[in-house]
This record gives sequence, structure tokens and C-alpha cells, in this order.
Amino acid sequence: MPQNNQTAVEFRDVTFSRNHRPLVSNLNFTIRQGEALVLLGRSGSGKTTTMKLINRLFTPTQGEVLFDGIPTTQWDEIKLRRKIGYVIQEIGLFPHFTVERNVGLVPSLEGWQPKQIKTRVYELLQLVGLEPAQFAGRYPHELSGGQRQRVGVARALAADPPVLLMDEPFGALDPITRLELQQEFRHLQQELGKTVVFVTHDIQEAFILASRIGLMYGGELVVLGTTDEFMRSQHPESLAFLQCMRSPKDTL
Amino acid sequence: MKDFFLVKYAPEILQHTLEHLFLVSIAIGIAIFVGIPLGILITRKTYLRQPILGIANILQTIPSLALFGLLIPIAGIGVVPAIIALTLYSFLPIIRNTYTGITNVDPAIREAGRGMGMTDTQLLLQVEIPLAMGVILAGVRVATVIAIGIATIAAAIGAGGLGVFIFRGISVVNDQLILAGAFPAAVIALLADLIIGWIENKLKVKN
Repeated sequence: MPQNNQTAVEFRDVTFSRNHRPLVSNLNFTIRQGEALVLLGRSGSGKTTTMKLINRLFTPTQGEVLFDGIPTTQWDEIKLRRKIGYVIQEIGLFPHFTVERNVGLVPSLEGWQPKQIKTRVYELLQLVGLEPAQFAGRYPHELSGGQRQRVGVARALAADPPVLLMDEPFGALDPITRLELQQEFRHLQQELGKTVVFVTHDIQEAFILASRIGLMYGGELVVLGTTDEFMRSQHPESLAFLQCMRSPKDTL
Repeated sequence: MKDFFLVKYAPEILQHTLEHLFLVSIAIGIAIFVGIPLGILITRKTYLRQPILGIANILQTIPSLALFGLLIPIAGIGVVPAIIALTLYSFLPIIRNTYTGITNVDPAIREAGRGMGMTDTQLLLQVEIPLAMGVILAGVRVATVIAIGIATIAAAIGAGGLGVFIFRGISVVNDQLILAGAFPAAVIALLADLIIGWIENKLKVKN
């Protein structure tokens, strides 16, 4: 795996509050280039908020988030976001765009030549396992849930951003398709060497995808470590999540 | 057969229908060019939403005959005050539907767009307006049908149109004359409804 210790994103004493209520607080951690950091936590634990602080959909109330060593507040937000691929659970494919236009969105915003965009789109569809000739002209409503998510991933990769943010992208899929996509995505991530921040509440998914797991609880990052380290963690919330991993027999 | 209103008044019906269409299309044209931008504006500057929708709402509640009358001291009689009144009536459905159409765009789509680095203008032009187009056109359709109806009253202030037959028919108690105005007006309204509804369906985005 092409992993080194250069920092892609750094959180420094970050707190984000809304209506005087902190949604996340005292976040201090770094995301290394090329790693797949999975933010794990139950609903409302602040994992999505943490992610949105990276592409400045939120700006920190206190502290700062550094992207490429520069605080996000000093970045031009448009430039920043175009360096960061973004995939969300509802996918957010544009229903009035064909697959081809959806995937080619960021390149076209960046002013690429139409021919260049087309080549890139075909390349990406191939990469995510969709036959370009068959799928390029379709509209999102003509795709299955799994196919849509593949398009979502292709779209996020389109302008070759160094960092990908993924917010429970496989959450709405059936378990079989989900596992398929998780495994494919893991290979893809390792092959492309992208830095990925992945939000999920599914511990299985975390273990499949993560090079490190960050466990969030009540707006704080309570555990951060490799999967092995996470297994050994004695934090009650990690134990609760590990409990979910046990075989069905044990939990009955 | 010679006395049937559509035959008897055919040349006049044609003339007044054209006058009628002229009044309505100019008014709807202006209402679209002013109303849609206003509707977009209030999605961006939310503090303007209450006052703008409020004014459009009040305009809508003024009885049409009264509005035509109220405009006489300001704009005199004839085509100009008639077009002003019809435009004012058309604002509410157009502004409101533009606003509703845009604010009803799935937040996930908007967030995906913003997250991928679309500027506000790009998001508006490439995503929000195309997705809201069906709802916006529904507003235009409602406004057009209302305007076609109200334009018959414009004859009262000398703006012509199919209302001329109706007012004349009322004063001389002649049903045929009233129908010569009312029937074409109803047909135009139905046709406008069908045609704009058809375009609306064409542009509606499947989800």
C-alpha cells in the first residue's frame, strides 16, 4: 500500500458548535496521505460533522483544520472542494444529467476539453465496473442502487482528487451488493493510493475498509488506531461496537 | 346557422381574440421576466421572502375590476393599464412556484453539488433551475389561465379583447353576444393550459 507519513489533513483543537451547542469538540488528529481512515460511531456522534469540516461545508468554531498544511478557512472554498472527492449516502447524482455528465461534472467545471472529459469518464466507468457503452447515456433513475453508488464513486474520482470523503456511501444497499462494493472499493483505494475518510456506523464495514479506525462518541474522537489496536481498546463504546461483530449465536 | 354566434361574429371574434392574446402574452412575458428572478432572489436572500410574497399575495386579493379602476388615475385607460393589472396578477403564482420549485430540490443533490465545488451560480443554473423547471412552468400555466380570464374585464377600461363582446352582450341582453366573448376565451384558456402542461411534462425530471 502506498502509504507514507505525510499529512493530508490535520485537525487542531477543533470544536464546531451550532446554536451554542457543540456538535464536535476538541478534535486533534491527523490523516496521513494514502490511508483509509474510517470514522466509526453511532448516529449523532459527530462523524459526518467531522467530515464536513474537511471540505469546509462547515468551518470550525474554534481551532483549525489544515488541508495540505493550510487552514481550510484560508483556502478558496471552491478550489478546496475540487481537490476533495465527495460521496454521500443519498449519492446526490443529478437526476437530469446522464451518467456521463454526472461523472464528468467536476472536469467540466474545471474547464477540461469535451474530448478529454469523455475519455476520462469512460476510463472511470470502466474502473468502477460499469460498461461505458452501456451506461454512459443512462439517467440515474435507470440504474440500480449499487450502480448508482458506483457512478457516485466514479464522479468523486473524476478530477483525480488526492482526498476522498465518503459519508456512508453503501448504507442504503442490500447486504450482498454492499459487501461486493466494499471489497471492490478497498482494492480501488489501495490501487489508486487515495487518502480516504470514510464515515460509517457499521463495524464490519470499518474493518473491511480501514487502515485506521477513529471512534467517535458524543462529538469526541475517543479511540484512534489500527484495526488491531481498536480490537484491544477497552473504551466502553469500542466494546459496544465489538459486541456487534460477534457471531449471531453469541448475541442471542 | 347564420345566427350562430361563432359564424355571425367571426371577423370580430378573430380581431378581439388577437387583442386578447396580445394583452395576455405581453403581461405574462413581463411577469416571467420579473417574477422568476424575484423568485430566485428570495431563495438567496431569505429576509426578502416575506415582503415580496406578501406584496404579491395582496395584489392577488384585489378584485380585478377594482384593480383596473384603481389604475385609471395612474395609467389612464386602454392597453397600458390593462397590461399592468394583468402583470400584477400573474406575479404571485410565478414568484411562488419559482421559490417553491427551487427550495424543494433534494438537499442531498444540492449538498453534493456544493461539496464537489460548484459555485452558487453554477448550482443555480445547472442544477436548481433545471430541476425546478416543472414547478416553475406550473406557475406560469396557472398565471396564464388566470390572466386569460381576467383579461376579459380589461374591456371595461377600453383595452379591447374578448370582454368587449361580453360587456356589449350584457348591456343589450344578448346571449349570443356574450357567448361570442366567453366561448373563445374559455377555449384559449383550455388550450394554454394544455400546451403549457405538455411542455411542463416534457421538462419534468424523472427521479
